[in-house]
Amino acid sequence: MNRARWGNGARAVASGLLWTAPWWLGFLLFLAVPMGMSLYISFCDYPLLQRPVYIGAANYRALVVDPVFHKVLLNTAVYAALAIPLGTVAAVLLAVLLNQRVRGQSWFRACVFVPTVVPLVGTGLVWLWMLNPEYGLINQALRWISPTLDGLNAALAALTGHRAQWLTRLAAGPEWLSLPGWAMAALVLVSLWGLGSAVVIYLAGLQEIPEELYEAAMLDGASATRRFWHVTLPGLSPVILFNVIIALIGTWQIFALPYVLMRGEPGPQRSTYFYTMYLFDNAFRYLKMGYASAMAWIQLLIILALTGLVFLAGRRAVYYRGA
Amino acid sequence: MSGKSAANLTGTAFGRAVVYALLVLVAALFALPLVWMICVSLKPPTEVLQPNFWPSQPSLAAYSEIIRSQHFDFLLYARNTLIILALSLVGVLLSSSIAAYGFARVPFPGRGLVFGVCLATMMIPFPVIMVPTYVLFKHLGWIGTFRPLWVPAWFGAAFNIFLLRQFFMQIPRELEESAMLDGCTRWGCFWRIMLPLSKPALAVVALFHCLAVWNDLIGPLIYLTHQDQFTLALGLQFLQSKAGDTPWNQLMAAASLVVLPVLLLFFLAQRTFVRGIATAGLKG
Repeated sequence: MNRARWGNGARAVASGLLWTAPWWLGFLLFLAVPMGMSLYISFCDYPLLQRPVYIGAANYRALVVDPVFHKVLLNTAVYAALAIPLGTVAAVLLAVLLNQRVRGQSWFRACVFVPTVVPLVGTGLVWLWMLNPEYGLINQALRWISPTLDGLNAALAALTGHRAQWLTRLAAGPEWLSLPGWAMAALVLVSLWGLGSAVVIYLAGLQEIPEELYEAAMLDGASATRRFWHVTLPGLSPVILFNVIIALIGTWQIFALPYVLMRGEPGPQRSTYFYTMYLFDNAFRYLKMGYASAMAWIQLLIILALTGLVFLAGRRAVYYRGA
Repeated sequence: MSGKSAANLTGTAFGRAVVYALLVLVAALFALPLVWMICVSLKPPTEVLQPNFWPSQPSLAAYSEIIRSQHFDFLLYARNTLIILALSLVGVLLSSSIAAYGFARVPFPGRGLVFGVCLATMMIPFPVIMVPTYVLFKHLGWIGTFRPLWVPAWFGAAFNIFLLRQFFMQIPRELEESAMLDGCTRWGCFWRIMLPLSKPALAVVALFHCLAVWNDLIGPLIYLTHQDQFTLALGLQFLQSKAGDTPWNQLMAAASLVVLPVLLLFFLAQRTFVRGIATAGLKG
């Protein structure tokens, strides 16, 4: 009896192992073992062509005092702090707009989604030309509205006593990718162009909000703005939390877009040099595999910590229906 | 008009006009870069630096020149990309659906926990394993071959397993139970019942995989060493970073050649695409 039950259990485990084999084999071969190796390498001096030599925490100590590491850390944090809030607000508003029942809506939706499938190299190349200081469409448009911007600046000067320098520069059409602050702004702008996949998720989230809630709010005489704040946003909040976490993981790994826009270089005064780019350069340009691995582990810890933080903070703010 | 109209921002004619105007503006802004890319690619060389938006005499000259240029071997890059795509697509569909079936239908102790680990691996950033996998593939002698770009696809991907498992769980168990009473094996149930019923989910997985392979830059950048192995994405990056004197109409023609197949795929499979992102987002 006991033997039969044990036999059944062993059979269940065997067939479970067999069916899930593709996953756990890949998990071991391409994830668990490499991660273990990476942890070991991060404590080694490993110039790739020689064997790794254990050097204790020297890589981590070197990172603490590496000014370039500080710079990429700051750049990545600034980029995340700009792109995620802006992207979230824009995506929610776009989703509400694209959820309106009007004729031809599927065409409007397609226009917003299409950029998300464009290969990032293509995106980079197109935007290099869009942002070209002389011939790009962005600066052509800015020059076209520059009288308005100048007028705005003059009004600002009358109020505060001095003209805003950035507004003057914007009106003249800045050299986007060769000036430190502007290069970062350009990257955020290009990231907003690829907002479509977040919009799709918000659109699906909007459709999950029960119609009765809107009807009840209308009966109570709530305006469109109040309905947005008190029905739409709470209903959407779990989806917002999910999207922010996805965006957090993504922005801390940003690589291809700045790599293409800056032609693989760190950008003006390293202003668009991001965490993964520096990691990549350490590994494959300077062949400092140990140093790169230490960076990778710190990156993993940062992402896990931030995700945990957002998740905890979000749980308080998120409204779960039926909970 | 009750029902769905209640979710609308406004019901008045004025409100409708405002919504319409905003929609047109937003759609135009998002479409503009791609429309401009095509316009520039159709311009003759003398017109590239002119401010006119539409080409006065559209021509395909830039396309034929860039295809013949030694800096961008479109047909070779396309062939390489398609080889990697074909080899990895078969693998990703087979391995992910087998593992997903295991997680959905084969009961074994600790299954929930193992599936949790599988989901958690989605959080691990690629840079963490970039160095050791490179070392691994170097020891195997795979650097400078396509293998690092398609062999791992044969070992399932957490996201695809998750997506397929969700789909499998919605299929009624009775179908399999009655088939098993008739002597059908587990594999038979999977192969002859589940897979044919799961075509919509498999289409989502295939579509996302095609996009990922077509768009991937960092993989080919790390593992491919010779220009005659380049994929389209890497070839395009190589063209724009190394060949600084290529005129912009030819660069835009090259970009269009890489982007247009994806746009075509998008318009053919728009529903699959949207459904895939939406289910991933809502059930995650």
